[in-house]
Amino acid sequence: MGGYILRRVVQSVLILIGITFLTFVLLYLIPADPARQIAGRSATAQTVENIREQLGLNLPFYQQYFRYLTGLLQGDLGRSYLQKTEVGALIWSRLPATLLLMVGAIVCELVIGLTMGLVAALRRNTATDTSLMVLSFVGVSSPQFVIGILLLYVFSVQLGWFPIGGYGTFMHMVLPSLTLGFLGAGWYSRMMRSSMIDVLRQDFIRTARAKGLKRWQVLFGHALPNALLPIVAMIGIDIGLFMSGIVVVESVFGWPGIGQLAWQAIQRVDIPIIMGVTLVSAFAIVAGNFLADLIAPLIDPRIKLR
Amino acid sequence: MKKTVLAGVAALLAATALTSASALADDIKQGGSMIVTYKDDVSTLDPAIGYDWQNWSMIKSLFDGLMDYEPGTTNLMKDLAEDYTISDDGTVFTFKLREGVKFHNGREMTAEDVKYSLDRVTNPATQSPGAGFFGSIKGYDAVAAGDATSLEGVTVVDPYTVKIELSRPDATFLHVMAINFSSIVPKEAVEEWGADFGKHPVGTGAFSLDEWTLGQRLVFKRNEDYWRAGVPKLDEITFEVGQEPVVALLRLQRGEADIPGDGIPPAKFLEVTKDPQYKDLIIEGGQLHTGYVTMNVKMPPFDKLEVRKAVNMAINKDRVVRIINGRAVPANQPLPPSMPGYDDEYTGYPYDPEAAKALLAEAGFPDGFETELYVYNTDPNPRIAQSIQADLAAIGIKADIKALAQANVIAAGGEPDQAPMIWSGGMAWIADFPDPSNFYGPILGCAGAVKGGWNWSWYCNEELDKQATAADSMTDPAQKAEREEAWRKIFISVMDDAAWAPVFHEQRFTMRSERLGGPDAIFVDPVHIPVNYDYVWAKDVQ
Repeated sequence: MGGYILRRVVQSVLILIGITFLTFVLLYLIPADPARQIAGRSATAQTVENIREQLGLNLPFYQQYFRYLTGLLQGDLGRSYLQKTEVGALIWSRLPATLLLMVGAIVCELVIGLTMGLVAALRRNTATDTSLMVLSFVGVSSPQFVIGILLLYVFSVQLGWFPIGGYGTFMHMVLPSLTLGFLGAGWYSRMMRSSMIDVLRQDFIRTARAKGLKRWQVLFGHALPNALLPIVAMIGIDIGLFMSGIVVVESVFGWPGIGQLAWQAIQRVDIPIIMGVTLVSAFAIVAGNFLADLIAPLIDPRIKLR
Repeated sequence: MKKTVLAGVAALLAATALTSASALADDIKQGGSMIVTYKDDVSTLDPAIGYDWQNWSMIKSLFDGLMDYEPGTTNLMKDLAEDYTISDDGTVFTFKLREGVKFHNGREMTAEDVKYSLDRVTNPATQSPGAGFFGSIKGYDAVAAGDATSLEGVTVVDPYTVKIELSRPDATFLHVMAINFSSIVPKEAVEEWGADFGKHPVGTGAFSLDEWTLGQRLVFKRNEDYWRAGVPKLDEITFEVGQEPVVALLRLQRGEADIPGDGIPPAKFLEVTKDPQYKDLIIEGGQLHTGYVTMNVKMPPFDKLEVRKAVNMAINKDRVVRIINGRAVPANQPLPPSMPGYDDEYTGYPYDPEAAKALLAEAGFPDGFETELYVYNTDPNPRIAQSIQADLAAIGIKADIKALAQANVIAAGGEPDQAPMIWSGGMAWIADFPDPSNFYGPILGCAGAVKGGWNWSWYCNEELDKQATAADSMTDPAQKAEREEAWRKIFISVMDDAAWAPVFHEQRFTMRSERLGGPDAIFVDPVHIPVNYDYVWAKDVQ
């Protein structure tokens, strides 16, 4: 167990370093000159040259990368070219909003997904089952910006039940959480359905029935906990899915999280912010997977870590 | 039509300003608040650094300079300077400062602050994108090169008098003293916050920054001690950021916001402007902007005047304007109509494909030729380029469209032999201050026709450069009309050489909620872009 954790930590660190290298190369190759960007259109050639020198942009590639890594090890993500602020501070100030949205999305996907899967499993091969599975298919395959804009249009603009985007109250949270959670709900409903069907076929369920337990006792006391096992372990992996979703969902709903920060930075080629958000997301994904692996044996003793 | 209405408003404003500096202020009660929305977070509120149209007017509300403009117009007026004198040779400006003006931190502003602010903005360590505007101040070169930290030409005569010596006569210098980069900042606050001064701005302006939650909102509060009586009108302005323009518009329609700072989104433009419900809430204004096609005079066949004239006559400008839903007016000269020096009588080259074809034949290209048209790859620019491409094809010029990222187009334009034609949309040129010289030097003068420059036509006419220098040496205010006339001639000469094909001048469209009051002109202020926040008032407190 201890050896396994150590091995995984080393692996994770190597993956993260690899990601810094890849993003750095990609962004280095982008033909946008940061010095010119900072200097603006009225700057003289001398001003541009000055800025290039102050930022170390005239150094060779490996030196620039090394400077970046050194800063990173000291917890310095660099300074935004256009926002004129520490990238760390920008991300830190927006992290709570993103975490809140993720919690909301997890609640949504679990409640919707598990309910759908459970109902579908119990009504297997009926019209209810088929329509629920079609719905889950739609959830999995619809682009999030379509769902987001649709929800926004129907529930905020037409019906006026929710505010049109923004941040602050519980009502602000509902639509973005639904949008972000809908994709996961599709996955969960399918997993829940097949997992439940499997469990219901097992011998211990028949035994429970035979000893005279009521139907709901069998279902919630015996079947459900067993069916949930493989699913709970998935939540860690979800964080990775969310990281790609928040860029879209936060932009549609004007949610002040790191996804929106990334989107604004990409549009204006603000390289330090793009690097910073990519790193933080990569870290979240790596950490999420790691946690999922650690939790799995706790939930299901049959799984052993080596 | 709209132009005359606007001109009328401007004249009216100028007249009220003349009769009583605060005629606007007297009848309107102060109080109330408004919500302005933006898509992007505000980058910085440091006047030495901020250089985008989102923070431009915010900075003007937080800070003051020696000079400013009458609200809604391009007419200079004194701001922190109570008075000024200009020496006869136009090289020494002496400013007498207003007494008793206080920074937001309570300290009185003095001549030392003026000197400090100018030294700071020109210091290379500040990385100000506007440092180049101060090139005419004596000692600028030494500071820019890092050999000095203080401008030799700026001297504190007494606590309320500052003298600025120039190395050459500069008629635009009062405009330079009105741009954001020359705002007066307090040394102690700049030193306290260092590079983060832009997040903790302290100025003498009509508003002070009360709250800034990154990525969410900024709140401006009325400066109770503001020296100009009756200004600003509102008690509070909330800027909510992170809102897509379409969402911002919906919120305005539902009464949740007052001004969509990014304007009316193109996708909604026709729907909103055609709706009679919003007729009185939409305000149209001119912009100091020109969209043009450059033709590189160093690259054949554009070295031939006939060819450049033919291109000018081939482009159907009305159709280009239709492509962007009429959010512009066709152009016939480099200067925009609201710029002093604009020639009302000049009609430019007519749209005449037949005559254009004849000109091409005359130049030795009866069957046309092949060339390239560079364009910035975001909507609507590629569509505009396609329209121009079709026009050129009609006279036999086969132009290949090169749609690239902004930085690449700018880089190609800055090379002497790379881009034969460029459509300027999305990149150039909006004036920094309302003076014709700002439309010449960098984009049509010899100084801009260098590697990495903005003169993408590589047009360099030394005779015109001489006339430009002469015009900018007319510093006596009595020579204003003469100077404008000189500039008018320069730009018509540029058109005689057909260095550009001017296509249109963009118009700005803003919307305001029913509960906001104020003259239309301040909502499309040509200088306090996009809105002159200081003079907006709330109807619900009247």
